[in-house]
Amino acid sequence: MSHSKTFLIISRRPPYGSSHARDALDTALTTAVFEQPVAMLFQGDGVLQLLKGQEPAAVRQKNLGATLSALPMYDIENLYACADALAQRGLTQDDLILPVQPLDRAGIAALIRNHDVVLNF
Amino acid sequence: MATLEIEGRLIELDNEGYLRDLDCWSPAVARALAQREPLELTDAHWEVIEVLRDFYLRFEHAPAMRPLVKAVAQQLGPDKGRSIYLMKLFPESPAKVAARLAGLPKPTNCL
Amino acid sequence: MTLHTLNRPPSDRALLDDCIAALVADDTLLLLEDGVYCALAGLELPAGVRCVALAADVAARGIGDRLATGIEVVDDIGFVELCCHHSRVASWF
Repeated sequence: MSHSKTFLIISRRPPYGSSHARDALDTALTTAVFEQPVAMLFQGDGVLQLLKGQEPAAVRQKNLGATLSALPMYDIENLYACADALAQRGLTQDDLILPVQPLDRAGIAALIRNHDVVLNF
Repeated sequence: MATLEIEGRLIELDNEGYLRDLDCWSPAVARALAQREPLELTDAHWEVIEVLRDFYLRFEHAPAMRPLVKAVAQQLGPDKGRSIYLMKLFPESPAKVAARLAGLPKPTNCL
Repeated sequence: MTLHTLNRPPSDRALLDDCIAALVADDTLLLLEDGVYCALAGLELPAGVRCVALAADVAARGIGDRLATGIEVVDDIGFVELCCHHSRVASWF
């Protein structure tokens, strides 16, 4: 599409404690429905959204991990995570519900520069 | 508020015709909901309803059109995984109509 | 060229680190709300990054005389101009 812009959604809050993570995800899905190319970057505590085994029924919330795992169904395949944030929390790809590409500081700076619109949550 | 009576049970619907309690769904409920559209359910409809229910089980939301088409393509083959095919089965807005018949909530990020 | 806005004080270290890591030459960092407190001790920024603080937030907090050297102050019109002169805005909050 000639009018499409590339979107980068940066999600850096943990799930469930606030609506930020859900808002980031809803924005990503809606942007994809409008057929705009979307990438997502998980940074800081945002990488905790990717943990396997989330069971939020007891806190009366929907499973964010389940919705995140639908990202490829929306053709959102460009998923990145801050390598430092993963390492600081002792997380490896095996702990995560989705394959994500780890990025160092320079990689993140370049990612921002390569997108038309950046939305932080 | 609208209700359906099915096999002696009253099933509550919201004002857009979606089930209030998703656990009330059964094939008989789907047939009754289809009558309201009105729509005659064939095998072709049922297999799409199954794909939707499976999507909801895995991803905990009702899909918009694009992921619905993709899920149908993955499970029923590329000939059926096309919007035109789904438009014929569930006219006007396949993601919304099929979600209603499958007993799912209304798709939230649907155009 | 990206305009980065930061609205949290330096005690929010993880946010500050992620924000600074994202800066590259020709970017501008705009401190606003409690972010202007980052201007007290100053920030170690990559070469070629301009750092500005929003005048109203600086004045509200009484820190106009205490800003580290090299930090410019802009008013609301300056803020709008910055938005126009950069290709995207990243908001760190």
